[in-house]
Amino acid sequence: MSFLSIRNLSASLKGRPDRILRAVSLEVAAGEVRGLVGESGAGKSMIGKAVLGTLPQSVVITGGQIILDGTDLLTLPPAVRRTRIGQLCALIPQDPLTALNPSRRIGPQITNRLVDILRWSRRDAQTRARDLLAEVQISDPDRVMRSYPHELSGGMRQRILIASAFAAEPKLIVADEPTTALDVTVQKQILKLIADMQARHGTAILFVTHDLGVVSKVCQSLSVLYAGLVLEDTSIRDFFAGPRHAYSRALLAATPKYTDPDGSLTPVPESVIAATRAEVAAADDAMSDRGRNV
Amino acid sequence: MQLLRAFLMRLVTTAVTLCGVAVIVFFVIRVVPGNPVAMMLPPGATEADVAQLTALYGLDKSIPQQFLIWGAGVLQGDFGSSITSRQPVLDLVLGRLPATLELSVMALTIAIALGGFMALTGTRLRGSKTEAAIDVGNGVALSVPDFLWGLVLILLFGVLVPIFHISGRVTPSLDLPFVTNFYLVESLVRLRFDLTADLVSHMFMPALALAIPLAAIIGQLLKQSLKETMNLDYVTLARTKGYGENHVILFEALPNAILPTLTLVGVQFTFLIGGTVIIERLFSYEGLGNMAIDAVINRDLPLIQGIVILFAVIFTAVNLLVDLCYAALNPRLRHA
Amino acid sequence: MLDGRARITRPWSPRLVLSGSWLTLLVAAALLAPWIAPKDPLAQDLFLGRMPPFWATGAEPGYYLGTDSLGRDVLSRILFGARLALTVALIAGSLTCIIGATLGLMAGFLRGRVDVLISRMIDIWMAFPPVLFSILLIAVLGPGLISIIIAIVVIDWTRFARVIRAEAMAQGAMDYVASATVAGRTRLSTMLTEILPNVLPTIVVLLTLEMGISVIVEAILSFVNLSISTDDPTWGGMIAEGRTSVYQAWWVLVFPLVTLFLTVLSFSQLGEGLKDRYDPVLR
Repeated sequence: MSFLSIRNLSASLKGRPDRILRAVSLEVAAGEVRGLVGESGAGKSMIGKAVLGTLPQSVVITGGQIILDGTDLLTLPPAVRRTRIGQLCALIPQDPLTALNPSRRIGPQITNRLVDILRWSRRDAQTRARDLLAEVQISDPDRVMRSYPHELSGGMRQRILIASAFAAEPKLIVADEPTTALDVTVQKQILKLIADMQARHGTAILFVTHDLGVVSKVCQSLSVLYAGLVLEDTSIRDFFAGPRHAYSRALLAATPKYTDPDGSLTPVPESVIAATRAEVAAADDAMSDRGRNV
Repeated sequence: MQLLRAFLMRLVTTAVTLCGVAVIVFFVIRVVPGNPVAMMLPPGATEADVAQLTALYGLDKSIPQQFLIWGAGVLQGDFGSSITSRQPVLDLVLGRLPATLELSVMALTIAIALGGFMALTGTRLRGSKTEAAIDVGNGVALSVPDFLWGLVLILLFGVLVPIFHISGRVTPSLDLPFVTNFYLVESLVRLRFDLTADLVSHMFMPALALAIPLAAIIGQLLKQSLKETMNLDYVTLARTKGYGENHVILFEALPNAILPTLTLVGVQFTFLIGGTVIIERLFSYEGLGNMAIDAVINRDLPLIQGIVILFAVIFTAVNLLVDLCYAALNPRLRHA
Repeated sequence: MLDGRARITRPWSPRLVLSGSWLTLLVAAALLAPWIAPKDPLAQDLFLGRMPPFWATGAEPGYYLGTDSLGRDVLSRILFGARLALTVALIAGSLTCIIGATLGLMAGFLRGRVDVLISRMIDIWMAFPPVLFSILLIAVLGPGLISIIIAIVVIDWTRFARVIRAEAMAQGAMDYVASATVAGRTRLSTMLTEILPNVLPTIVVLLTLEMGISVIVEAILSFVNLSISTDDPTWGGMIAEGRTSVYQAWWVLVFPLVTLFLTVLSFSQLGEGLKDRYDPVLR
């Protein structure tokens, strides 16, 4: 039984026919790390936001289900849904420089969920925060907890955000491009950290990224997205052995390789893009026929 | 050390500004047509009498000389004597100051409460018709000066639905046990809430008139600031933790959105204080502003100088205070 | 995507239409006052003192908005009062704008000692309570239209100078100015032909605002009886009289107040509306 089960989720811009998500279906089992890949604008971030309930006001869900631990989130009243997500899920955000409240110290920003939403005691919450900061290899947790975000480096802030995400022992973490905004030198460390923490805590992760290299290191399975449509859904081993979809193959071929820097910069061919677009259009027609969407 | 140097520099520029104010007001009012002394004497006074009194007030000397004499006095705390009431200017001015301060602070409090409420409500209900209505209301409140609001309030709550007093600071027949001129503060300290009620019912209308334009500015600016802050990543992160809209607005966005509003409010507060001149006149409130207008009409030179200098001191003090608050509240500057 | 052409065909905003209409009406009323005013604004008739407006009982026919304590027609006085208000608005507003904007431009663009001097002056000016300063100036200069205009200009030039100075500084740092300087233009001509057009929208908004402020300052001055010296009707004077008899004859206060209110509101909304409409960088 999957922990997260997204079934035929569709979304579009409010008041306009532009479809953002096209009957997306995917499953994340307990403890599984699933990658969500695609180019910019493919809708991968939107899926993460839909699960966490942070879709922008301009986007509206037009159909489907988001089943978290047996309950469809979309049928819950907003307050209940909000609390449920707060208890079971967490977010590792993309930009560590803007994801921490600049006027509050680090400590409260880690403990506040535990105290306010999960009703832990303040002492337990602080101990937990300290333990997690040590787990993400921050050497002086007490000093860091008393600090303000602007006093710390980007890499350190991302570690704090990771610690904060694991603090409530969530069952599912949505990692929204967690290494994209970091220096290249720091990316690898952070990636390894996330992988280690995941192994230790057994948390399921929905890993949103455009970088296939990242996916190969951390994920067990992945879904490939194009224009809000799921093109392929396989295990990592099968994908890197040889993907079925032409677009996936082109994506894999387009990844630069150190061993062949000049020869490996192949963009996705026009023919593949055209074929994929046709596939999207066909899916739209199918959806309209079934009267599922506006 | 850095902070100390900056502070001293500010003091120096402030002193220069105050000197400039003193010079300007001194020379401007000496160009006044009509001899103020002549107004004080009964009709039938002789030329000699006029000359004698003029010499007494030192008005026969050259203007730069008068300035030096007056300036020397000021540095020793002597602002001269009022021509109309023969009392020391400093005493008169400090006597009326508490009334104006209480009025200004009450107005500021109302403005912050009203403006803050408008901004928070507008943010909570964003996209709705209520928000649009708030925006329109803000626009009107912003465009119309305190003088007109005072008149509107007089009509509405003084005449149409008379629940507030529109004249004076306190009901004249009341027996006041106060030691200082800070009537409102003292009434609270002494737990004489009946007096507090009477004072407030006199002060509320003029304070509200002063507050309305400032409230509109606060409302508009804070709402804009909140709107921008609500889009930031840490606010979204708070939502994923399970926090609701109200908590997110009040505890995540507001503390960060307030800072830019603060400096503007400080400057606008000085304008509000300037507005007390006409509002006090309108409501016959016995404060500094009202006394100032009388002083000008009566050509009471030393009193005019004293009041203008005092206003200038208040303005610069407020500016300084605002800058200090900003430095204290901004975590980045604190640890810089 | 919206481009410049789309901007021009956008419909007039309600704020612009309403404020423009009121001001046009006012200008027309002021110009045509001698012909459309039902009564002589100065004519007193003590037997007709404090007559209510036409819809109330006991009203005197022909005096549509009632009369004041001296029996003068309120409507006619308002119409004639508009002449003074608009004259002050136009002349004082424009003069303040020209002087303030020029000083601001000079300070912001030329920088150096000019800037220091002008900035210092602005600081000193900002330490004066404006209303008090204006009353003081009138007391010094004596009553009269010229005095009012001078007082407004002297007090409020800083409003323009500060804003224009900041804009000129920002613009002066931009590349198109550097290119002009490199091309050998003199500083004056750069100032006039490169920077001025870009600060013009701000100037226009401030100008309409200043006109509204001028009307208010004049009203306040006539309220404290320090405005013009003749018996010509002023809105402020009517308001002052109305304030004293507010319980017995509310119309003497209400009608000039409403007129003043709408006029000041219209001036500032006109500025805002124009800015919204012609702002090239509108979101």
